[in-house]
Amino acid sequence: MATKAEILDFIKIFGDKMAEHRQELTDLDQVIGDGDHGINMNRGFNAVGEKLPTLADKSITEILKTVGMTLVSTVGGAAGPLYGTAFMRAGESAKSKEALSDQDVILAFDEGVGGIKFRGKAVQGEKTILDSMIPAIDAIKKSIREGKPMTVALDEAEKAAWEGVAYTKTIIATKGRASYLGERSIGHQDPGATSMAYLFQAAKEAAQKSGK
Amino acid sequence: MVGIVVVSHSQKIAEGACELALQMAPKAKIAAAGGTKDGRIGIDVAKILAGIQAVQSDEGIVILVDIGSAVMSSETAIDMIPDNENIVIVDAPLVEGTFFGAVEASVGSPLAKVIEVLKESKNYRKI
Repeated sequence: MATKAEILDFIKIFGDKMAEHRQELTDLDQVIGDGDHGINMNRGFNAVGEKLPTLADKSITEILKTVGMTLVSTVGGAAGPLYGTAFMRAGESAKSKEALSDQDVILAFDEGVGGIKFRGKAVQGEKTILDSMIPAIDAIKKSIREGKPMTVALDEAEKAAWEGVAYTKTIIATKGRASYLGERSIGHQDPGATSMAYLFQAAKEAAQKSGK
Repeated sequence: MVGIVVVSHSQKIAEGACELALQMAPKAKIAAAGGTKDGRIGIDVAKILAGIQAVQSDEGIVILVDIGSAVMSSETAIDMIPDNENIVIVDAPLVEGTFFGAVEASVGSPLAKVIEVLKESKNYRKI
């Protein structure tokens, strides 16, 4: 079960991580992209942070959709439409519920990843956000299926996400700005997959804080 | 008249392409959507939306884009408009496309003709 307070906390923690890792993400992006991923995510989540206090009494759907809309209009790079669409789709899946069951959480992640695939016209293995996101969601599903609690599932998800990040070092980029580099993109980890791994880290920490 | 939105990572490129086109086609309905809100290099979906609204036309709108996420951001903006079937991203060079598109649109050509001219601008030979 994920309550509204936990979801707000997750968004805040993820925003803090985007501030903390701003330089790291930007440095990664400087090697294979246009060098603004950290700056952009940080700017987007600063704008989200300003809106968070006004969202406390809103539904989970409204919270996630507002986060998505804010990212779309403030990030300023590809991550805006991608993360923005993911949050908006996840919000729609929550159907104004006051709390999300484990299955609702899985559905929200599934809708989110569907939004990214739709918007980016990408599949797994192209050195993108999806390469950490899809393994992480698969890990959540597996853990929940095995009867483990969501904190454990999210811990497994974060591990799978970082394995996905490591995997992006081994493959050629065929989507996004890094694709212009072709084989020269091998050996470098994908900044989008990295920021997504921090998203699962944030989700894990939010769940652990609430002690479930 | 068909509207035109010019989407670039650079505000100066978007505005410059519009400026050049307006010199030739001063009556063209054309909007620049370049750079981020805070004046950096990047793409702002809100600026694209505002551009679409500024050139709103029953006859349709063409969007010209530069590189990378300009396409994805334009698609995101289009998806936010309820009545969007006449808003089309066209694969054309930004400067030449804006120029030829503005001329074609300002003489009252329909959307299909403007799109055709824009696509042809990809083959425009300079030498």
